[in-house]
Amino acid sequence: MALLQATDVNVTYQPGRGAGVWAVRDVSFSLEEGEFVGLVGESGCGKSTLGYALTRMLQPPARLDKGVIDFAGVDLSSLDGEQLRHQRREGIALVLQSGMNALNPVRSVGQHFRDILRAHARDGEDTSPAHAHDRGAEMLASVDLEPSVLGSYPHELSGGMRQRVSIALALSLDPRLIVFDEPTTALDVIVQGAVMQTIKTLQRERGFTAILISHDLGVVLDATDRVMVMYAGRIVEDQPSAEMLSGQHHPYTEALLGCYADPRADEIELGGIPGSPPDLSLPQAGCSFSPRCPLAVEVCRDVDPPLMPLGAGRAACHVRAGQVTEQRDDAHV
Amino acid sequence: MSEDRPTDDGPVPAGATPVNRSAVAPMEIRGVSKVFTRRGRGREKLVAVDDVSFTIPPGAAIGLVGASGSGKSTLAGMITGSLRPTSGSIRFGDIEVGGLRGSGLRDFHSRVQMVFQDPYGALNPLHTVEYTVVRPLQNFLRLSATEARDRAHEILQTVGLTPTDQYAAKLPHQLSGGQRQRVVIARALACDPELIVADEPVSMLDVSLRAGVLRLLTDLREQRGLSLLYITHDLLSARVATDEILVLNKGRVVERGVTKDVLQHPTDSYTVQLLDAIATPAR
Repeated sequence: MALLQATDVNVTYQPGRGAGVWAVRDVSFSLEEGEFVGLVGESGCGKSTLGYALTRMLQPPARLDKGVIDFAGVDLSSLDGEQLRHQRREGIALVLQSGMNALNPVRSVGQHFRDILRAHARDGEDTSPAHAHDRGAEMLASVDLEPSVLGSYPHELSGGMRQRVSIALALSLDPRLIVFDEPTTALDVIVQGAVMQTIKTLQRERGFTAILISHDLGVVLDATDRVMVMYAGRIVEDQPSAEMLSGQHHPYTEALLGCYADPRADEIELGGIPGSPPDLSLPQAGCSFSPRCPLAVEVCRDVDPPLMPLGAGRAACHVRAGQVTEQRDDAHV
Repeated sequence: MSEDRPTDDGPVPAGATPVNRSAVAPMEIRGVSKVFTRRGRGREKLVAVDDVSFTIPPGAAIGLVGASGSGKSTLAGMITGSLRPTSGSIRFGDIEVGGLRGSGLRDFHSRVQMVFQDPYGALNPLHTVEYTVVRPLQNFLRLSATEARDRAHEILQTVGLTPTDQYAAKLPHQLSGGQRQRVVIARALACDPELIVADEPVSMLDVSLRAGVLRLLTDLREQRGLSLLYITHDLLSARVATDEILVLNKGRVVERGVTKDVLQHPTDSYTVQLLDAIATPAR
């Protein structure tokens, strides 16, 4: 059975005045136990909002409008207060983008562990500082940090170390699902590579289910089993990572792949994606990507394509689904 | 010293090749070191930049590559006159950059401009796009309000923020990251500098926007003949934006050469490490 089953999730941002923004639209997918899934897309495509919706961390003006989030048989979308807290304790953790801002600057790393273990203690569980110290040291070891880090304050640690501390904190309650929201974006390449390696190893060894939110398709493909590409609040493609580099894909996915090149290649052609994502406060007609899509035909501008089988996964594209002939092919024949 | 200022003859249209670029001065860095001393007991010394020498010839694009803490930004700070080297010399044409103060430094800043990493933090959130670009025109070139306004619109056109009337009145929060970075570049271009020092100008942008900003920097270099010092840890963007690179590790230059050659045949283990750390979807 799937660990997480999201059905028709919709999130809107409804500010006090002005138009609301429909940030996540009709998203449905399921996650198997132990699966590592990536969520990619440009800024403002709704990937973080979806991550927050799944963990019920949305803050006003964002609102989960509709949808069922079934986590291990419990519908999270209907829970509140203590029940929700209990569910989080039972298995969900979130690792935020900049570890430096996620940690409390006036509390040592050891105190962070003490706080978490005490706040989420079950009846009769040991919440003594000595226990927290042992647990903290164990968790830090799993992210390749020395136990002495427990005595450090966040400002005494480098960016990479702080991010490792946030990961260790997330692991300390043995979650079944961890959502990583851009865990390495603020780090430099070498540190990023090392932190991603730690995340991959932990995921494999401990077998938790993970969602990695990132704008960097390179990082995501390298780490995950499966990638979901989001555009304008929808999932437009969902494929096994291993299949991403071959076969046909959603034109948006192809455009994202075109933004990468090997710096060692003889000739480099670095693509961009002209235009910008649509304004989600306006009603969307047809496929949201059609104004920027090189393959768009008449039907794309009128009808929003559903997710249909493509290759080993699913994609939402009229042209790729073979409903309409590809214009580019016609021109070349 | 100000005789060779290209803009002394008055404002030049931004779109066209503006000036006689024999006027661009080379930037020569000779044996430069920077040592920071920690305060408190021990007065521990930190060598951030250690005996670095290179030249940015007029019109060239040089890349400065290295991980965090390799000394890239300290070097950039010394080249732009905001930090003083502990030893060595930095000469821009016939000026000794390390000795500049007051009006000399101000004059120097109209010839050497910076583009920073974070387009969100580099713009005043209360200033419109037009005001941001007009200010250096009035401060450095002493243009009148109307002249400055016209020139600002030409520059916005150059960086691709068109129609300029639509963008001029916008505030930073109304723009996307890529558009904001274009405003930062427009501001840097406003006083028609000879050298732009760009410190990680695309690392905070979406991958889909990076190609556009890099192309803009390359086009500007070709059209206006200015030189570029491009600082990054991203070897792909360095490959696209620069002709030659220097790889820095712990304040020292560990490798240098034509960008393509260095990346295809790295000889230093640190360069190899940087290359291996990139997660590139192999196609």
